[in-house]
Amino acid sequence: MAAIPNEDIVKAIGDKFADAVTVIGEPYGLLTVESGREQIIDLLTFLKTDPSFKFTFLTDITGIHYPEQEKQIGVIYHLHSLTTNTRIRIKVFLADGDVHIPTATVLWEGANWMERETYDFFGVIFDGHPDLRRILNVDDMTAFPMRKEFPLEDPNRVDKKDFYFGR
Amino acid sequence: MQNHPVYTDNDPQSELSTLNLGPTHPATHGVFQNVLQLDGERIVSGVSTIGYIHRAFEKIAEHRPFYQITPLTDRLNYCSSPINNMGWHMTVEKLLNIQTPKRVDYLRVIVMELARIADHIVCNGVLGVDTGAFTGFLYMMEQREAIYEIYEEVCGSRLTTNIGRIGGFERNFNSRAFDKLRAFLKSFPKTLKEFEGLFNRNRIFVDRTRDVAAVTAETALSYSWTGPLLRAAGVDYDVRAMNPYSSYEDFEFEVPVGDNGDVYSRFLVRNEEMWQSLRIIEQALVKLDKEPGDIFHADVPEFYLPPKEEVYNNMEALIYHFKIVMGEIPTPTTEVYHSVEGTNGELGFYLVNDGGRSPYRLHFRRPSFINYQMYAPMSRGMLLSDAIINMSSLNVIAGELDA
Repeated sequence: MAAIPNEDIVKAIGDKFADAVTVIGEPYGLLTVESGREQIIDLLTFLKTDPSFKFTFLTDITGIHYPEQEKQIGVIYHLHSLTTNTRIRIKVFLADGDVHIPTATVLWEGANWMERETYDFFGVIFDGHPDLRRILNVDDMTAFPMRKEFPLEDPNRVDKKDFYFGR
Repeated sequence: MQNHPVYTDNDPQSELSTLNLGPTHPATHGVFQNVLQLDGERIVSGVSTIGYIHRAFEKIAEHRPFYQITPLTDRLNYCSSPINNMGWHMTVEKLLNIQTPKRVDYLRVIVMELARIADHIVCNGVLGVDTGAFTGFLYMMEQREAIYEIYEEVCGSRLTTNIGRIGGFERNFNSRAFDKLRAFLKSFPKTLKEFEGLFNRNRIFVDRTRDVAAVTAETALSYSWTGPLLRAAGVDYDVRAMNPYSSYEDFEFEVPVGDNGDVYSRFLVRNEEMWQSLRIIEQALVKLDKEPGDIFHADVPEFYLPPKEEVYNNMEALIYHFKIVMGEIPTPTTEVYHSVEGTNGELGFYLVNDGGRSPYRLHFRRPSFINYQMYAPMSRGMLLSDAIINMSSLNVIAGELDA
């Protein structure tokens, strides 16, 4: 089957979710939509089960941090419809201090570790996740290291300072 | 901490024993820890602990200019570094809308398919070792050495290759590279045929691997499996065929699929993929003859470092050199997802760019990480010795697992 035109997906999502899901754009042809966290599972279920779309394959879940935004933490889903070879990207933004989002493990078993990784690095709490604990970092770590305020190196170290050209 | 794995079995009445398989164990071929509850030799439950060689590549990448991220990708799947390198280069080229010449694409295809063969050699060879057959492994490793010598001619290094640049290659292939490639194409089919002869209908090997760790297509898709593992379960998803990159659409090749996703099917799928890779390389060599022989990179002076001797003698080259190194060249503020068919599946690069010299956010979709999460659940009820060969045939590479 040929790829589904992005307009068809936009129209179907608009019919079903009205203003709750907004289109951000389609960079390099990949349709990107933003959803609220209340609708995210409904949206994912709709995209997965709708017979004309069948976005049955969860490619990836990851996070992003924009410290200057009001809703700082983003969760980004990449879905792939293997039968039509169409991809879609879904973003959900969460305010810092209330980083709760329902888990996608109810739809895909594979979401388990992807969400654990997102929790580990961004501190996003996936409500209903069966085993939400750190995965790549040590268990007793307190920070969420992919957030922008976390420095790459210890800022106090002096042994690598270059006094003529700066770092 | 509430769901922390149980490391010791303190119940004196229990007949179960706890086994720490890894993090360093000769049978796991890498840094993997699995805490297994055993009832005799049968696994009751298991918990995978990963992250032992986590190196924070995504964080480091946010502080490096684009061209300095290539060496980081080397260290993801270090058995097939060129695929990672070129996947990253193609991601940046997609971001910057760089069109590479056909000759660059074909050279890349040759190197990527060599990398695929090198990776499958290790995986299938080691699977043989784990089932007790050492000979096939040695035959195959000799050929991997031949591939590494081709890498050496192209880029100077063997394992962590850092091969190519954004826009193409750092230098043209020399004649020795092509000589070695032709010699390899001549000798490898014999080795692979011999290897298949040793294993494919070997009673001991088939008994050990047939129906071990069988996975249905539905389960594999639900766990987001890709690559040879998914194809062994019967789903013909191959990024090269579905979303061709680097001119894969110009080549004829088959996507082999298995039937029930067991260890034996994965073994056969990987062997067949090596035959297909050989086919692709041979086609690429024929196509290369029709291309002008002196083109090895795209004409993008803003992003491709000029030759060093020109930097000292030519004003434009000096300016571009300075601008590239200092990151003075504007890049579009957007986001891009690009994926290539790595040896273990879909290797994706999700790059969010804010116009600066380094990515705002870079995420690697690492097939080993995603494939490996089924390991502990699927090991339940399995014999310990079967779980070992299952891990070999998953071909999880610790560098890619932990990033």
